[in-house]
Amino acid sequence: MASQLKRKPVPLQQPIPAGMKPVVNESGIEIKPLYTADDIKDSTIAGEQPGAFPFTRGIHAEMYRKRWYTLRQYTGFSNAKATNERFQYLIKTGNTGLNVAFDLPSQCGIDSDDPRADGEVGRVGMAVDSLRDFEIAFDNIDLDKITVSLTINGSAAIMIAMYLAMAKKKGFDVAGLRGTAQNDILKEFVGRGTWIFPVEPSVKLIGDTIEYCAEHAPKYSPVSVCGYHIRESGCDPIEEMAYAICIAKAYIDETVKRGVDVNEFVGRLSFNFDIFGSIFEQVAKFRAGRRLWAKVLAEDYGVTDPKLMGLRMIAGGGGFGLTIEQPENNIIRGTMYALIASLSGCQTTALCCYDEAYTIPTPKAQQIALRTNQLLMEEGGLADTVDPLAGSYYIESLTDTMEAEMRKTVATVDQMGGIKKLIAEGTLQDHVSQQAYEYERKLESGEFRKVGVNCYQTDEDKDAQKDVEMHKNSPDDLQMQIDSVAQVKAERDDAEVQRTLTQLRADAVADVNLMPTIMDAVTAYATVGEITNVLADVYGFYQEPIRFEAAE
Amino acid sequence: MPQASENERKIKILIAKPGLDGHDVGAKVVVRGLMEAGFEVIYTGLRKTPEEIAQRAKDEGVDVIGLSILSGSHTPFCVRLRQLWDEYDLGTKMWIVGGNVPAADHDALKDIGVDAVFNTGTHLDVIADYIRENVSKWPRN
Repeated sequence: MASQLKRKPVPLQQPIPAGMKPVVNESGIEIKPLYTADDIKDSTIAGEQPGAFPFTRGIHAEMYRKRWYTLRQYTGFSNAKATNERFQYLIKTGNTGLNVAFDLPSQCGIDSDDPRADGEVGRVGMAVDSLRDFEIAFDNIDLDKITVSLTINGSAAIMIAMYLAMAKKKGFDVAGLRGTAQNDILKEFVGRGTWIFPVEPSVKLIGDTIEYCAEHAPKYSPVSVCGYHIRESGCDPIEEMAYAICIAKAYIDETVKRGVDVNEFVGRLSFNFDIFGSIFEQVAKFRAGRRLWAKVLAEDYGVTDPKLMGLRMIAGGGGFGLTIEQPENNIIRGTMYALIASLSGCQTTALCCYDEAYTIPTPKAQQIALRTNQLLMEEGGLADTVDPLAGSYYIESLTDTMEAEMRKTVATVDQMGGIKKLIAEGTLQDHVSQQAYEYERKLESGEFRKVGVNCYQTDEDKDAQKDVEMHKNSPDDLQMQIDSVAQVKAERDDAEVQRTLTQLRADAVADVNLMPTIMDAVTAYATVGEITNVLADVYGFYQEPIRFEAAE
Repeated sequence: MPQASENERKIKILIAKPGLDGHDVGAKVVVRGLMEAGFEVIYTGLRKTPEEIAQRAKDEGVDVIGLSILSGSHTPFCVRLRQLWDEYDLGTKMWIVGGNVPAADHDALKDIGVDAVFNTGTHLDVIADYIRENVSKWPRN
């Protein structure tokens, strides 16, 4: 029952003065008009240090005094060549990391020349069919200096293999290669939707990538667990953090059950969270989540090495927070979100661009997003000291309350059979979409205030057709992609492709780790679609549970 | 919002997600909103082909087909669905599209046969009222 997941509100112990309007944050926690020393008398914060368990104050002792967070913008469109040009531009303007967007066919394991890809090739990201596309996209990019994040999930095992194979071909040492793949399939079933196989084999593939990377690419982060998309799909900030922890636990369990020591891989798991909403609630969310994650590793998995227990995160803001109405306001929202990211001790940010609510960002908008972060650091003093809000009566009180609420939510999920079960049966999706519906109703009624949307509108806003723009693909680029697949297929050794695909099928049936054979297949230039089809023959496709439980 | 009366046959609506686009928050919100407004609503789930949507609309005998598209592929998709109208006997159904559709494309969609386009941010009541007020004029001539 989805309603069992519904969190209870957290009221105040002492009533607020008569006549004062109550304030309840998005997490359902009622906020006091004034916090005092009394509110943090049970807090453990005075004894906590950044860089030490339980990491509430940050995962490094010196945080941004030593190194700023990585600035990483989400980019990728059309084909590998056009994407490479944009990468070069982003590096020139000061990005120290790249975040690759893939088109939908690539994300769903479909080749560009497949009829199902019609109209979608290169539309929302870079089209990748074979290793050739990776070779072109990362041409002349120093992978030892620039860390690359692959925003890929359903077909992630294949894309990670391609990235590693490409790096190897270009002469980089894979054992020392840093970077991240999103590779979080469980959240795809709740939000984002680029699943391919059923839940069980999907989670098995995640285990394969974790196990393979632990052995062959130990510096690479094979999974970035995403609270982000579940939050964007409607859940509250407590649930965002709690569900992400539940998902991470599912991947740990999948890997540990194969006999892999948790200490060998848990330090390479990273996280991806969303930023929008109340500044203080968001900062407290990150601090509480970090603390809970460290405790979960200690309590549930017996991890003791503090180096493995810090919650590393990319915190990005925040597509759902941006509006088509008065789009320039999104620059100011972006500043708030970057401020939150800085105050929260994140490792990387990818700020949404102000025009992202209605189009693929222009270079100008990308530059503004980047400058927002740089300005906060250079002019705003955000990098001057570690965890600057620590000790605040309000922040510490809220951090403690949110940690307790997150812990309750994780326990509820566990009691209901675990997150994998709740997702397979559609219970979690039903709960999250119910929350999205309630949010929409509050937005429409004005109960939830959104500037330019339901308050502070100009007459112009009310009359204007809210317009969106779509990135126009050049038909030449698309033809180039289809020609490129044909050329790769003409030039490769077909016998080797067939041999590796036959082996892959056998491996999938035998239920062994598929990564070594996927590496062989991509190196032989087998395509994303060919590899996916072999796996789908064995695993089948995910059948989406459709549930709309009536609200209570 | 006016509710359908008890003995009135509920208006039946199919909300479909065509193509590979995985953004389903809006579609699911619309499904719940229309259910609450008293309609019978069927949701297809993600990644449906034009043929699958046409078949479902025919099998379920729906009055309204609603497509939710945020990937920018609205025009080619609507062209493909329009080509199936006669084969699946859909020409008499109300056809609405929701999502991110640039204003410049609205007329093109209407030329293809779409009756109304509701962009992101449209209030649920506006969609419900449109359907209720106009579906009585269906089947169209």
